[in-house]
Amino acid sequence: MENYLVAMGVTAGIYALMALGVNLTWGMAGMVNLGLAGFFAVGGYATALMTKAGVAIPVGVAAGAVVATCAGAGVALVTARLRADYLAIVTLGFSESVRIVASNELWLTNGSDGIAGIPGPWRGTLSPGAFNLLFLAIVLLVLGAVVSMMQRLATAPFGRVLRALRDDEDVAAVAGKPVLLFKLKAFAIGAGVLGLAGALYAHYTSYIAPDIFAPLLTINIVLALVLGGVGNNMGAIAGAVILVALLEGTRFAAPLLPFLSAAQIAAMRELLISGLLLVILRVLPGGIVPERISR
Amino acid sequence: MAASLADVPQLVLNGLMSGAILAVPAIGLTAIYAVLRFPNFAVAAHATIGAFAGYLANTTLGWPLVPSALLAFLAAGVVGVVSDWVVLRPLRPAGLITATIASVALMIALENLVRLGSGNALRDYDLPILRDWRFAGVRVGPQQVEDLAIAAVAVAVLFGFLRFTRIGKAMRAVADNPMLAAIKGIDADMIAVLVNFVAMGLAGLGGMLIGLDTSIDPLTGFRALLAVFAAAVVGGLGSIPGAVVGALSVGVAEELSLLILPPDYRTVVGFLAILLVLTLRPRGILGARAY
Repeated sequence: MENYLVAMGVTAGIYALMALGVNLTWGMAGMVNLGLAGFFAVGGYATALMTKAGVAIPVGVAAGAVVATCAGAGVALVTARLRADYLAIVTLGFSESVRIVASNELWLTNGSDGIAGIPGPWRGTLSPGAFNLLFLAIVLLVLGAVVSMMQRLATAPFGRVLRALRDDEDVAAVAGKPVLLFKLKAFAIGAGVLGLAGALYAHYTSYIAPDIFAPLLTINIVLALVLGGVGNNMGAIAGAVILVALLEGTRFAAPLLPFLSAAQIAAMRELLISGLLLVILRVLPGGIVPERISR
Repeated sequence: MAASLADVPQLVLNGLMSGAILAVPAIGLTAIYAVLRFPNFAVAAHATIGAFAGYLANTTLGWPLVPSALLAFLAAGVVGVVSDWVVLRPLRPAGLITATIASVALMIALENLVRLGSGNALRDYDLPILRDWRFAGVRVGPQQVEDLAIAAVAVAVLFGFLRFTRIGKAMRAVADNPMLAAIKGIDADMIAVLVNFVAMGLAGLGGMLIGLDTSIDPLTGFRALLAVFAAAVVGGLGSIPGAVVGALSVGVAEELSLLILPPDYRTVVGFLAILLVLTLRPRGILGARAY
């Protein structure tokens, strides 16, 4: 049971990281990212390939974040000048394309079977319980570092400019801010945090496959953020914790519905997540911890 | 595996056929964008709903193709009106991003409602297997020709409707200038309902036509989503003739990509087309005028 709770803690930490990354691009800069699963995948695959080739794990994780940052900069570059709806389409297209490439390039990603045996820190020498605890500590450490960075960004002039261009791009431009550059930076940093989360995930579970990066992952993270409060870093973390508790809770509910097949149980779960997101958008648009505007 | 240059006429023909079918849901997507100003990802789920409605009519009730296709249009159209009225309409005032994200959530919810009823099994329509026609070195299946005819009739009826009827003119007016349309007393809610019915109906019909060629499952619509968006963006998001031009271009590009790429990469071609057009000509081939 303790082991299970620790594992849940690691998942919640990784979800919280992703929610923080999305909060920077969507919550602060007002740019939608429907392909966040794609950036998560890019980070995971990058570190999986490198560490399996003998690179040290911290280097691989850092490389995963860098590759995802570059991918984010590329996507933002194409769409920065366009309205937000194009960004929604391009990001979704990006994540689907990553999924298709990962499913088909057998020589690189081993196709839909995925990559197994990704090394974890001291996985062989520690007992599974100790490994889980160690990884929880690592995730919390990374999460703490990213949160403090995000909080700094939010109160720094950088964050204020992002919120300004979210609320009115023209006003920010008239005030002499290079709008495109700010948007590009925000999107790239956000994508980098998603890549970092993906890299941590790969080392924790030792296995990644294209299935993991389905659009539902994107909806999960959006739900976590909306639940906690878009625009607020603490809200992002709170939302991720609640979401993981909820997802795990559905595991215990499944045996109560023995007349449903496995596919139907999965469908019920996705229905619950997407339905909940729609309800929260409607009744609690500010989330549990709404954004505080400081002056 | 790889196609050779000698296959080009066949590939172009196949591309035009699949492009004509793709035009049907692409018009739906672009029409909603023109009037309600947000990219409605739920078209994918409505394509799936249409495909299943047509499937049930065709196999369980034993209806022939054309009435089944009409039912696919009606079922998806009705679901489109109801789901928009209940789910998306109240969220539109919260802004573009909220409406877009809500449409993705709606897509996943509707898809899973279908899955709840049907499971993940692949299903086939009950159609006679016919021998391909051959002339001048190219092959055409009679079924493909029938699909093409249905798509062409649907598009022609839509153009006539927009051009000649009062309601069609009102729709174009709202797409063109919502404020002026409101001043002239056009009821925006009413137009939204009509657009959703017609557009999601077209998505459903398109989903069935796409499914006729292969098999259907709850992800039928989602797999076509990128191609549908590519068609709308390439032609100019919000332009109905643009969606037709864009769909034909994307259809041909997907087929010609077989010369250099394995078939699994068809979907990526749509994404590349989107990137290319947004970089070179963001307004699309025909620009953003609705009609």
